[in-house]
Amino acid sequence: MIELKNVKKEYDNGFVALKNINLHCNEGEITALIGPSGCGKTTLMKLINRLDNPTKGSVSIKGKDISKIDPVELRRSIGYVIQQIGLFPHMNIARNVGTVPKLLKWDKERIKNRVDELLELVSLDPEIYRERFPSELSGGQQQRIGVIRALAAEPSVILMDEPFSALDPISREQLQDELVRLQREIKKSIVFVTHDMDEALKIADRIVLMKSGEIVQHGTPEEILRHPANAFVEEFIGQKRLERFQDIPPVSQVMVKRPITVTPNRGLAESMRIMEDKKVDSLIVVDEMNHLLGYITVFDVVKAYSNEYALVKHIMHSFNTTVEPDTLLPDAIQLMTELQTPYLPVVKEKGILEGLLTRGSIVGFIGSAYPSIKEGAV
Amino acid sequence: MEFISNFFSYVVDNWAHLASLTLDHILMVVIGLILALIVGIPLGILCAKNEKLAKVILATVSIIQVFPSIALLGILMVFFGLGFKTVIVGLFLYSLLPIVRNTYVGLREVDENISEAGKGVGMTITQLLLKVQLPLSLPFLLAGIRVAAVIAVGVATLAPFIGGDGLGRDILAGINTRQPVKIFSGAIIAAILAIIADVTLGRTQERLEH
Ligand SMILES: Nc1ncnc2c1ncn2[C@@H]1O[C@H](COP(=O)(O)OP(=O)(O)OP(=O)(O)O)[C@@H](O)[C@H]1O
Ligand SMILES: [Mg+2]
Repeated sequence: MIELKNVKKEYDNGFVALKNINLHCNEGEITALIGPSGCGKTTLMKLINRLDNPTKGSVSIKGKDISKIDPVELRRSIGYVIQQIGLFPHMNIARNVGTVPKLLKWDKERIKNRVDELLELVSLDPEIYRERFPSELSGGQQQRIGVIRALAAEPSVILMDEPFSALDPISREQLQDELVRLQREIKKSIVFVTHDMDEALKIADRIVLMKSGEIVQHGTPEEILRHPANAFVEEFIGQKRLERFQDIPPVSQVMVKRPITVTPNRGLAESMRIMEDKKVDSLIVVDEMNHLLGYITVFDVVKAYSNEYALVKHIMHSFNTTVEPDTLLPDAIQLMTELQTPYLPVVKEKGILEGLLTRGSIVGFIGSAYPSIKEGAV
Repeated sequence: MEFISNFFSYVVDNWAHLASLTLDHILMVVIGLILALIVGIPLGILCAKNEKLAKVILATVSIIQVFPSIALLGILMVFFGLGFKTVIVGLFLYSLLPIVRNTYVGLREVDENISEAGKGVGMTITQLLLKVQLPLSLPFLLAGIRVAAVIAVGVATLAPFIGGDGLGRDILAGINTRQPVKIFSGAIIAAILAIIADVTLGRTQERLEH
């Protein structure tokens, strides 16, 4: 939808604000640009509506190189919420909101209806606010007007430069919710600049992390949280959020659900056959009600094999340590390391065996949950 | 005391004559101002668009301003001869500086972000100028008109020296015939005109700023 190819922006004073940007924003998605102050977010936005032109590279919208489109026409087709709100102080709210429709020569009645509709959208009573001037509105209300002015002519592309920054936390959340809800209906292609990671995570389909004129990482919120590209991204996301989102699994998600078991009154030959069959070197001993009793190893069986009357219960060892299904994996792994044990039984209350945490199951889980660990190692 | 009563009886006796001089005076000032607006606003816009040009234009109109008014009128008389036309040109030149300068300053004072917003929503350069930048610099322009009007009312009293009319005629006649009453009637009415212009334009300006 919006595509930047090898875009470089050098200002007249020689400052390189964007180094080599390649970015694709999908149609109907919200792309959040996030990064520290001065990293080039606003600069990037201005290249999309030609308020500025790239020094090198090209920007295209819907496959059309925008340097070939008349800037005035282009801007009328793109909604723009500027960072400093930028309402026209000498025009009342109705005229501010109706600016683009008027430039597009909509008839008066249609403009009026649209303005009222938009005011209602952001919970400002048209009867009260239509005639007011920007200076008679609070900062937050002005920001809402800035947002609906950009929506007025129903552009398919909307650029929003920190549109909610002046709002108190409550109206901010309200407007974020509103935007998410609205977006579900209108499916615009929105580029949304923010400083606030929570905001980005909440509203964005894709997040673009920038630093000193470069894109550090681009991906869905999920991807960025799970696989931060480097320490900068991790720091930007914040340790707390990382922990929260990279949800540490409990052992119940990792364990072998049906460990190979044997009951205490079985003979040793039978036990040996089960081990051969299932290719394991030990068996978990449980009673008929699946209560955990202990374990036997292949060595125990071999040692006592000559005794025809020996049963599993005579040679089994009991477990000193067990874990519960919702014990967190890192804690369980630490326990296994400390005890030098290859497996830990997972036991519910009343001693019922739920599963078995083995080294093999841990490796299998990590392999499937963190594929990038394997890729990243190359 | 006697002077004051003489003064009043003069004004009362000659009110029709004085009124027509006042009207002439106002007419000259207004025409001069309108011409200055027609030329000065575009020059001011040009200055705001181009810093290099701004230096040249502002220097030129400033030079006009530093000429003593009587000298300037004298020079104009050489070129345009005696008469109404010469007075108008003089008043126009005198009003030019405040109008050019204030248009220029007013446009430069317009908040960059607001201009950017206008551009961002898709206004053409002309639309931006007419719908946003000029309206926002109106208080400055008005201040310029106010200064220009006050100056012009004063300068216009010199009109009779170069064949013009207005309140200066009574002042000149008073000087020639040694009739202080005539001098004062012309001067006082001119002063009142200047004050009225100052106050009304000041009020309008204040209203615009709020
Ligand atoms: N017209 C200009 N001339 C020279 N340098 C500029 C110009 N505009 C911006 N810059 C510089 O380019 C860099 C990027 O600016 P930009 O406004 O894009 O940052 P930003 O990411 O939007 O920051 P913020 O989060 O503070 O809004 C900054 O270092 C800024 O000083
Ligand atoms: Mg910015």
